[in-house]
This record gives sequence, structure tokens and C-alpha cells, in this order.
Amino acid sequence: MMRFGVIRFHGSNCDRDCYHVVDRVLQQPVYWIEQNQKDLAGVDVVLIPGGFSYGDYLRAGAIAARTPVMDAVREFAERGGLVLGICNGFQILCEAGLLPGALMVNASLRFACHFAHVRVEAVDTPFTWALSPGAVLRIPIAHHQGNFQPDVTPFQGRVLFRYCDAEGHIVPAANPNGSWEAVAGIANGRGNVVGMMPHPERCSEAVLGATDGVGIFRSLLCWWEEVGGYDV
Amino acid sequence: MTSSVWEAVGLTEAEYRKIGEYLGRDPNALELGIYGLMWSEHCSYKSSKRHLETLPTEGPQVLQGPGENAGVVDIGEDIAVAFRIESHNHPSAIEPVQGAATGVGGILRDIFAMGAQPIALLDSLRFGNLDTPRVRYLFEGVVEGISWYGNCVGVPTVGGEIYFDDAYRDNPLVNVMCLGLVEKDRLVLGKAAGTGNSVLLVGAPTGRDGIHGASLLASREFLEEPEDMRPAVQVGDPFREKLLIEASLELLQGDAVIGINDLGAAGLASACSETATRGGSGMSLDLDQVPRREEGMTPYEVMLSESQERMLVIVEAGREAEVYRVFEKWGLDAVQIGEVTDDGALSVYHQGQEVARIPVTSLTEGAPVYDRPMGEPLMVRETVSEDVLPPPDYNEALLTLVGDPNLCSRRWVYEQYDHMVGINTVVYPGSDAAVLRVKGTQKGIAAVTDGNGLLCHVDPYRGAARVVAESYRNLSATGALPLAITNCLNFGNPERPEIMATFSDVIRGMGDACRALNTPVTGGNVSFYNETQRRSVYPTPVVGMIGVLDDVNKYGKTGFTTLDNPVVLLGDLGTHLGASQYLRVTQNQIVGPVSEPNYELERRMGTVCREGIRRGWIASTHDISDGGLGVALAESAALSSEQLGANIALPNDPRPDVSLFSEAGTAILVEVFSADIEEFLERARAMGCPAQPIGQVIPAELLISHKDFGLLVNLPISKIRQSWEEGLQ
Repeated sequence: MMRFGVIRFHGSNCDRDCYHVVDRVLQQPVYWIEQNQKDLAGVDVVLIPGGFSYGDYLRAGAIAARTPVMDAVREFAERGGLVLGICNGFQILCEAGLLPGALMVNASLRFACHFAHVRVEAVDTPFTWALSPGAVLRIPIAHHQGNFQPDVTPFQGRVLFRYCDAEGHIVPAANPNGSWEAVAGIANGRGNVVGMMPHPERCSEAVLGATDGVGIFRSLLCWWEEVGGYDV
Repeated sequence: MTSSVWEAVGLTEAEYRKIGEYLGRDPNALELGIYGLMWSEHCSYKSSKRHLETLPTEGPQVLQGPGENAGVVDIGEDIAVAFRIESHNHPSAIEPVQGAATGVGGILRDIFAMGAQPIALLDSLRFGNLDTPRVRYLFEGVVEGISWYGNCVGVPTVGGEIYFDDAYRDNPLVNVMCLGLVEKDRLVLGKAAGTGNSVLLVGAPTGRDGIHGASLLASREFLEEPEDMRPAVQVGDPFREKLLIEASLELLQGDAVIGINDLGAAGLASACSETATRGGSGMSLDLDQVPRREEGMTPYEVMLSESQERMLVIVEAGREAEVYRVFEKWGLDAVQIGEVTDDGALSVYHQGQEVARIPVTSLTEGAPVYDRPMGEPLMVRETVSEDVLPPPDYNEALLTLVGDPNLCSRRWVYEQYDHMVGINTVVYPGSDAAVLRVKGTQKGIAAVTDGNGLLCHVDPYRGAARVVAESYRNLSATGALPLAITNCLNFGNPERPEIMATFSDVIRGMGDACRALNTPVTGGNVSFYNETQRRSVYPTPVVGMIGVLDDVNKYGKTGFTTLDNPVVLLGDLGTHLGASQYLRVTQNQIVGPVSEPNYELERRMGTVCREGIRRGWIASTHDISDGGLGVALAESAALSSEQLGANIALPNDPRPDVSLFSEAGTAILVEVFSADIEEFLERARAMGCPAQPIGQVIPAELLISHKDFGLLVNLPISKIRQSWEEGLQ
């Protein structure tokens, strides 16, 4: 059993979706974590869901990054705890300094909601453990600010997913938001904190017509079973 | 310039006298302002009521008909769907981003006021032709407003429609539908009952925005400078709405709430009088308690403000703290502003003084009702000429049609809407109707909005009936059983006899179709005065229809799936080109006739389609409507994820252009699995529905031929897709 916590900020709106997938698809224990909670005892992995935390006022993720629960997440990550930020969750992790870089407004200047293909770039993290290197996943995106840019060069994080075409080629036409190096998801150097713009929770059930997202969640379970600890 | 006290609030002299009779004295300025709003066309339905009463509103599936915040239907397993459509036309014409955004906010509140969790939004939008910068600004602004508000509150926008025509140049139409899920026994109504119970205002503080929105903006024609009306448009805050949804639904988990109501048009004045009317009670309000955004607001401004993201909650006396606790958790105001009384009056206090006292029902049930004079309905009597020439080049004609702004892909728009949040969306925008799963059950809900101003402009009675029939067909094509409709009726000035007569014809057509197809009307909205300098929009009834699928894993959607599958035409193609997109686009002609719908065939075809989908015989479906069979085939190819087309032999009719482009029929295009074709055809015949194999699925091309005329269409899918995808960009 792997215990999941889903953080619920005011304005999160993919919180129930993440909860549903852990509960009904992965069938693992899942707990709500409130925005003012200061303690993450009892969970093994923290999900920071998508949405518009605090209305995305000021900057996407900026206010959520300064809540008490994010101090707890910072400590949790320092101890090696696993953290996955999806969409707004990725923005929050960057704003909180837990991941390097920033998510700028899409190059189109418009919100973009559609399926995208991403190529798996590294499989030695808990989040990609059960995936094949170079595998192409079809996962929906839905964001206005997903244009990833590194803060310093050389880039201090690790690239986990890159936007590609259906065959896995990294081509400009497959980059939906203008991200640097077609980045769709990254990890910190240690590999225990991951942020990604695509929404794996939206494609984890056959009834929804797409199931590539479940591989990311299953990776966590496989890693937990095989490695079974935070000593990454 | 206005010349009298009544005109200043949008009323007539006779209406002013009637107020005097109700009160037994002249109203003061605040009272007059409240009457002005409540008796406005927008709030009172005074011109439409008589006609709306003729619509069918009952059926075993209907749990709540018109008169509440939303209609409610039973989908089985103790689950109900609350749904409604509303217009935000006038505000969107003046300030498109905020106008459309607050339209979304308003309809969401109507749904969760029933205790339902909003699960989907659909939008029917109409604008002028895209060739002027102003229309482009309105179009992009409205899309941005819906995207901004809907995406942020986290309710997916799963469908809708967009139409461009010069008739909507000065008066765009923005109609938004929302649906939500609620357990049958947890339905909440908007009523204030029980003397001494507390009246609470929750959500956002009250400001000076949107004052007179319903009376001076929504219930009048536009004059020359609509921008001057900007202060009457409200400003939305989707973040606060999201919190309001969460807090309200959490509160409704308990049993302290007697009733809850949205504050929309006419603000406090409307919410208080409507809830008190429904509860058969009165209400006393202390305006000093109302949280405000700015200082120095007068009672008039507080009562009439249309500030967004507010709800009125009537709670059992002594249990106010339960409300405070929930709303504080979500960072929202919740303040007691009054109590339910038994004197049937709306009494308003300000700094200890009674500043208004009005019999509640005089604002609602007692509002004037008019039998407006009716002239000849507006319609196009000219009919299509026998000798309209076939297209010189069918390839060219079909590409022109699929690239027309009214027929092309809406991807540019719907990809700006989050159509997946909530992880219920099974069939995405782009097919005939959206399908959503109902978590915890096998069931699915299908929803569609449909309108056709062109048809209703040519023939209001038949046009409106066909709009209902097409919605029914859209749902049949997804495999859903249609249950009920909500309607949004967009018209010009009802004081013009020809507009009123047209309205009456539309209602008759809609009513007849709803009776024939067993889809009662559960509510909706009327928007009159969509005209500028006597130039009215097309009569545009928009239908929002919902249906149910017993197994959400078995649904129909558009796009060829499997090589060699037979393509079958269910139903009958039309026999003329009247009121078709083909005539409008390629010949610049808008002429009749409009055919009566064939309800019997519509029902049989629906049954065949549903059964074929349920049994897994049908691989894909597409209803035949705008652009006819030709466009239906082109779209089925363009939406094929496998790049598949079809090789089609047209029926042996002497006019292939009519077969390909008529919109007068009752037909659905279905792709049937090769192994099941015999069984399917046999079943269709047994059920009395024509089913004609017309070709099969092939790679990469659309080929359409006719026995006597040879190969008419010969297009690579890539070319169709290019025209279709680029039409809006």
C-alpha cells in the first residue's frame, strides 16, 4: 500500500479527479491535505492538483506557493518524500522553488486544451519507473501558462517528458506552448519532486477513451514495491 | 432623454398606475426602482408568459418544471439532472469578456442553487459575419470570457454551437447552458418559508456594478452608443464563484437550509421577492447588514446591484452558525440580513427607517401580463427555384461548404475551453452531442444545444419544430434517449406585432415538436429586444436537450473508424434545397421551403440508432443537418483518427445536388461493422426505419458518385481537413 495525499487549495479544481484516480483506479489509500495543514505525517506521496489556486491571481501558483502546507511539502521533499505537481501543481512547485524554472504564458497567448504526445526521457525516477525509455504517451493538456523556461543555464533539473509527435519526434509543430526544449515535465536533481503540465489523471480510465496516464501512477506503485523507501 | 419617473425605470404610465393600486399610494423612488426591475421584460416575462404557458412541461421524467432556478429530470438510480439555459446577450454586446463570463457565472449559480454539482457547460453563440474588426472583437472576447470563467471554476465546457450571420452584427447572442447532478432526495428549492427563519446573504460583497442591468439593458433595444451602457454590465470573479460552489454544496449536505437562491438579474430585489413568493411568506431586510465593496451606497443601489457571486440562503432560525462556519472555511462572507415574515410584504430597512414596503406577490405573480398585438409573422415566402443549377464542380462546392465559418471545425474555439476537467467527459466537443459519465453508475448523460436562426427566419413554426427534432437526432446519434429540453428564446422587440407573431409561431412549433418527441420543456429564458435601430436578429430559439445512456461505455460518435465497414443512411434525405447552407453559401440565396419534421421517423430512427449502438453494431454516427449528407460525410472523414474516408454511391435521385446538400430530411449517417450489417439492416426494417447501404469506408479519400452522373466528388481527406480546420482562423 502506498498512501497518497492530495492537496486542496482554494481554487484547485482537479483535486477530486486526482483523488478519484488514486481511490478507484489505483485503489490505494488517499487523504485530503488542506491548504493550512502543517504536517504531512502518514502520506508517502503528495499530489498537487491542477486548477486555479487562489484564482491564479498575481501569478499562477504564486499565492499557493506561500501557504503553510507548502512549507510542509518543502520539508517532506527534503526528507526525500515524493511530490507530483500536475499543471497548476507544477506552477506552484516552481513558484515555491522546489523545481527550477518558470511557466510562462503559452506562445499562442491562448488557453490550450487538447491531447498532446510526450516522450519519456528518463526512467530512473519513481514517477517513470515502469515506463520504457523513449515511450510515447498521449496525455491531455489544459493550460494558459505552460511555456516552461529554465531559470539558469545549464538547467539544474532533469527533463522527464518532452512534447513530441505521435512517432516520438521532437518537432516544433508538436510543442503546444513554446516550452524550452519542448519540456512537458521535469524532476529536481534528486528525482523525488516532479512537475508536469499534462494531466495523467485525465487519461487513466478506459471509459474516458485514453489510459496512458495510468502508467505514471503505476510507476509510483512499482517503485514503492521494488525500492520501497525514500533513499533515492 | 426620459421625461417621467416611470420611464426612468423602464415602465409605462399604465404600469406606474398599477403600482399605485397595489400600494394604495405612490411608490417612493426605491420602491419604483424595485418595480422597474421586477416588472422588466427580462424578469417578468410579461410579453411571453401567455405563449410559454402553451408549452408541454410535464412527464414522468420531470421532477421540476419551469418556475424554479432550474428544471430537473430523473435519470434513474435516484439521480437527477438539473439543467437550464440562459442568455447574456446585451451585456456581451457591450463588454464581451465580462458579459460572457458573468453569463457563465449566473447559470452555474442557478444549478447549484438546486443542490446540484455543476458538471458541464455548453454555449450557443451567434455573431455577425467575421469580416469586420468589431465582430472579431466580440467573437474573440466572448470566447475569452467563457474560457476564463469556465476554466477557472473547473466546470468543463463540453459543447455548444456558433453561427455567424449579418443578422447578429449589432446584437450577438450568448446563451449558456449548465447541467448538474443531484441525488433525487437532496433537491433544494429557492423558497423562503417559516416565519422567523433567517435570511442570509453569502458570497461576495455588494458593489455598484450591474445596476439596472435587467431593466435598462436587457429589456430595451440598443440605441446608437451601446458603450454608454457599460456601467450596467457586471464584473465576474470566477475564483470566488468556485468557492461559492464549494461552500454552498457543503452547506447543503446538512439540513439547516430551507431554501437557497441565486442573486442575478435585479439582485436582492429579485432573490428576496422570488423566494418569498415561492414560500408564501414575506421578508424583512436590514440593508445596514449587507457587506459592501464601497462606502456611501444608497438603499436603491444595494437592493438593485447585480454584483456577481452572491446567493441568498434561508436557514432555520438558530442554525445560522452552521452557515457561518462553512462560509468562513471557504473565505466568504455570510451575514444575516433579515428574516422571513408572515405579512406577505417585502420590508426594507435602512438606518432604522423602513424605506420600502411592497406586497411580495405584486412584484412576481402580480406583474403585468400582456397579450401583445400580433401581426403577420415574419417569414420568407419565396421558395427555391426548380431550375437552380447544380454546382459546376462538386469538389469545389464541398470544399467551400466545409470551409465556411458556419460549417467548419470549431476546434479553435473549444480548445480554449477546458472540456475535460472533472474527468467525466466521454465524448468531446466536435461530435453530435457531448456524453458524460455519471461516476458510481454505468450511466451516461448526453447534452446538446442547437438553434437555427436561418430556418426560423424562413419559417418560424417549422423552423422551431425542426430545431427540436435536430436536437433529438443529435442525442439519438450518440445513443442517448432524449428526456427533456430547456429553451432560450432570442427575439427582437415584442412591441412590434410582427415580432410577437413570429414568437408565437416559434412557440407553437416548439411545443408541437416537444409533445411529439416526448421532450417536455423544464424551463429556460426569453431574451427580447435583440435589435438595434429596428434591425432585429433572426428569430432564434435555442434548444438545450439532455438524454440518458444506460451504459456509458456504448455510445456513438463521429469519425470513421474501420476500413471496409459499410456506410448506411438511416431515415430519409430531403427532397429540396430550401433554407440550406448550400444555397446560402454557394448561391447567396435564403429561400424556403422548410419541411415539417417527420416525428414518427425521427422516433423510429432514434430507436434503431440506440439499439445499434447498445448492441455494438454501430462504429460511428453523424446526424445529417447543416450542409446535408455531403458535409456529414466530409466531417466523418475529417474526424477519423485513422485518416479514413468513404466511397459512396448516391441514391438514384435525378438531382444529386439535392441528395448531397438538402437539409430537409430526417436522416443519420451510420458506419456499421461489416460482421453486423445484415442483422442491423434487418432490425431497422423491422422497426420501420429506412436503412440504405450507400458505400463503405476506404483509406484517405472521399469519393462520391452517382449512377447517371459518374464520379462527382473525389477529394483526399487531407484537403477536406485543411479547409475544414482553417475556416475560423
